[in-house]
Amino acid sequence: MIEVSDIRKSFGAQEVLKGISTTFYPGQCNMVIGKSGAGKTVFMNCLVGLVTPESGTIKLNDRNIVPMSLKEKSVIRKEMGMLFQKNALFDSMTIEENVKFPLDMFTNMSLSEKRDRVDFCLHRVNLPNASHKFPAELSGGMMKRVALARAMVLNPKYLFCDEPNSGLDPQTAIVIDELIQEITREYNITTIINTHDMNSVIGIGDKIVYFYEGEKNWEGSNKEVLQTNNERLNDFIFASKFLKEIRKINFNK
Amino acid sequence: MILLESIEGFGKYARMLGALFSKPEKLSMYWRETMRQMYDIGVGSFWIIAIVGIFIGGVTAVQFSNKLMGFGGLIPMWWMGGMTRDSMILELAPTISALLLAGKIGSNIATELGTMRIYEQIDAMDIMGVNTHSFLLGPKIVGSVIIVPSLIITAMILGILGGGIAGVLGDYYSWDEYKFGLQDDFQVNYVKLMMIKSIVFPFLISSISCYKGFYVKGGSIELGKASTDAVVYSSIAVVVANFIIAFLFL
Repeated sequence: MIEVSDIRKSFGAQEVLKGISTTFYPGQCNMVIGKSGAGKTVFMNCLVGLVTPESGTIKLNDRNIVPMSLKEKSVIRKEMGMLFQKNALFDSMTIEENVKFPLDMFTNMSLSEKRDRVDFCLHRVNLPNASHKFPAELSGGMMKRVALARAMVLNPKYLFCDEPNSGLDPQTAIVIDELIQEITREYNITTIINTHDMNSVIGIGDKIVYFYEGEKNWEGSNKEVLQTNNERLNDFIFASKFLKEIRKINFNK
Repeated sequence: MILLESIEGFGKYARMLGALFSKPEKLSMYWRETMRQMYDIGVGSFWIIAIVGIFIGGVTAVQFSNKLMGFGGLIPMWWMGGMTRDSMILELAPTISALLLAGKIGSNIATELGTMRIYEQIDAMDIMGVNTHSFLLGPKIVGSVIIVPSLIITAMILGILGGGIAGVLGDYYSWDEYKFGLQDDFQVNYVKLMMIKSIVFPFLISSISCYKGFYVKGGSIELGKASTDAVVYSSIAVVVANFIIAFLFL
């Protein structure tokens, strides 16, 4: 579980996070949505410890990471997996080496144990025959799956996904969403996803937090999000003409 | 403003160097990475250093020999052995090699790290709990400090050999005269000076290039600038350090 309480962060005179408080539960896909510049990425960077907020607390299973030193954070980070917008796969390594890297770095497993674990993770993301390829040889969707395999290889308690569907076609995006959801439920991971993709929000969002100009403007489930009267949220969700029409038909609004 | 930026930059550089000294997460991974860097820098730069070394020695011998012949035999031609030897040991092998390496490995290091930064690969390692300063920068600096002295020694040997071959081919002196000159008035201190330079120069090149690449922000334009800056600042650092070392130790 991740409990965030009243975190604030500024860059110069600009206050990017204005006292955010929320709780994310394990086994759920928690979606953070909002316009570009709403503070989602800074928020996620605070959660993973890349950015330190000026005030407030971020508790990962009751351990507040805000005052922690880099050394203390590095211990907690071994419990985290992260899926980056640009995948962040290491170009010079094969797919197998990419997924094996955290095992090489942090475990004393034998080579055969590591290979078994890598094979398991690659099978889990439906990429059994790509282990000897390099990232440049894969499609966008395959790279996302490799990044997901690497993120889950150390059995993380927390999974952070920064716009996991960016640059993917709608069908591949659904495959990645479903994979994230399955893994989250299967291993009881606390998953937090930054996204603009409304299909993902409706499809897998167990909890949705809407950011507006650095503040939490709304939170609820994917069922509630379609029926809310919050105007800002509605403007954001039903931004396209297509969705506006669907809304008219279904909700008569 | 420029002064403040320079002080800030130097502080950040010093902090980066300080961050290298931390306990490795897993020694075997650091060892493997250091070996990879040594191989890339050593093998990757061997031929360019060898070719440049042999021709620098040759051109030094030919140009000085021409000048000496103008003295109408007042200065014996076997002097060329000692002159080429000292030029190679004191200046040409360490400095020319370092300037070449600043261009080759400096831009390579800055581009590699800069690309990793821009494509969030360094952030990915940070989130995994890897000490990125120590894992990404340490092996590059240590690897270059270990392997570059052997490249500079290679340049020195081939330069001296090149001087001999060029002089004999140009009929300025015989091989025996050159050998005699090589053995005359040999100063061990010059070799010590060369070794000091061959450790200081790669340290400066690799650490400055690491700094420029590791802290790059932005996109491809900034990456290109970081790569160019790495070469420019490393080269300036090499020539300044060259003067300071000569001033202090000669």
